[in-house]
Amino acid sequence: MKRGILQRAAAAPHVVWSALFIIAPLIFVLYYTFTGQDGSFSLDNITRLGKGNYLMIFVNSLCMALIATVICFVIAYPAAYIFSRMKKKSQKLCILLIMLPLWMNFLITTYSWMTILEDTGVINTLLGLVGLGPVHMINTPGAVITGMVFCFLPYMILPIYSVMAGIDPKLLEAAADLGCSPVQIFMKVVWPLSVGGVISGVTMVFVPSVSTFYISQKLGGGTFQLIGDTIESYFTGTAVNYHFGAALSLILMVLILISMAVMNRFGDDEQGGALI
Amino acid sequence: MKKASRIYLVLLFGFLYAPLLVMILISFNGGESTAHMTGFSLRWYREMFKDAATLQAFKNTLTLSISAASASTVLGTLAAVGIDRMKSARLRSIILSVTNIPMMNPDIVTGISLMLLFVFAASLIGYSTVLSFWTLLIAHITFCLPYVILSVLPKLRQMDRSLPEAAMDLGCTPMQSFFRIELPFIGPGILTGFIMAFTLSFDDFVISNFTSGAGFETLTIHIFAMIKKSVKPDIYALSTLIFAAVLLLLLLYNLLGGREEDMAL
Repeated sequence: MKRGILQRAAAAPHVVWSALFIIAPLIFVLYYTFTGQDGSFSLDNITRLGKGNYLMIFVNSLCMALIATVICFVIAYPAAYIFSRMKKKSQKLCILLIMLPLWMNFLITTYSWMTILEDTGVINTLLGLVGLGPVHMINTPGAVITGMVFCFLPYMILPIYSVMAGIDPKLLEAAADLGCSPVQIFMKVVWPLSVGGVISGVTMVFVPSVSTFYISQKLGGGTFQLIGDTIESYFTGTAVNYHFGAALSLILMVLILISMAVMNRFGDDEQGGALI
Repeated sequence: MKKASRIYLVLLFGFLYAPLLVMILISFNGGESTAHMTGFSLRWYREMFKDAATLQAFKNTLTLSISAASASTVLGTLAAVGIDRMKSARLRSIILSVTNIPMMNPDIVTGISLMLLFVFAASLIGYSTVLSFWTLLIAHITFCLPYVILSVLPKLRQMDRSLPEAAMDLGCTPMQSFFRIELPFIGPGILTGFIMAFTLSFDDFVISNFTSGAGFETLTIHIFAMIKKSVKPDIYALSTLIFAAVLLLLLLYNLLGGREEDMAL
């Protein structure tokens, strides 16, 4: 069958591309991690991670990303539910409005947040008009988390919305007919069916939050460093050190892989429990 | 209940649109500041159109996004067809997992891993750097590919296998059957993939930051450089124009999309 061979060979360019530009670069991360500046094998980059305040930076980044993810979830879940119960036409419009900010450059929107949160910014001016404040907001962890939530909130809303929109309303009616209270309907029908969307949302918010490097610089005012900032500084800053930067990236990658494995395990349990 | 959810949505959209509103307002600022409005003017729009570097960066971005989206759409569609026809389920899942790596990895890791590859390539051929339009294009194709493949693959799975077979029974060559039957069927998936790739490429900053050279500046890199020096409302003017263009495109796409659905009904 000529056709079969030809069509199966269609993936060949992609396989070559993946080997060259996905696998090979990752091998270089490994290579740079385990070599010193002179190119010989060394574990210095790994042992250096234990010194200084790198552990703190990792813990800080993880905490901030976790808080941002939880806030996104708390905001997104009811919103997705409200959207999924609207008329089809309003649903489409709302989803469009949720997606629109994603198309704006996050460098610019982060800068706008500076204007809003500054000591003499929009919020404090408004507060001043009613005789309150000023409240100091910029350069605090809260400001950085606000920036993260703004940037990544749509990525939480969209997957949850798409599973919610797929839930058959008849299921909810059936549950109510069979005597479920609204709380029971939520716990036994809506939540188990939407857990898949929540997990993809959590992944889509957590991964970019934990590795962001621009938001923290602008809204945190350089008062605290996140892992993304640290990695970036070793590649484009003044103290360039590809080898140590590669080691930091490797640890970040491993951390994210572990988090995702934990999350997926959690998801399986939830779904398994729901089946019983 | 109805009222509560309406208030909730107002707050939500207020949060999502507050920075955009600030951006649009300040783009019409008469003064130099990005924090305080002092009068209304179109001054920053005029200055922006006079700024050759910004316009060049905009052109560069369009060139890059269109090239990256086109290349990744062709490569990704071919890959999806190949993956779909693959007999070995194990091979298929290995290829798909590798494909997903740039989607799962944080952008910063994808960026620096490609940068390390390019640095090595430069030292191999004895150049001081190979970072240029081409490295940027390679990086963009790489992170767009999974999105194209994941939009096309489900369409291929949905297709009734007997359709291309029927076409060939009726005398089509395999090529003809692919172009006349399969391609139109998976068309919407390809289009979605292309649009996603274009958007991702147009908006990317993190990966470009590590893989672009001095000679070729995209819009996001240009904005980043401008922000490092001092911010004037002209960047806001530029972003407001982009916002208007995106809004227009989305509305148009929605209207056309709506009509297609009507036709299908």
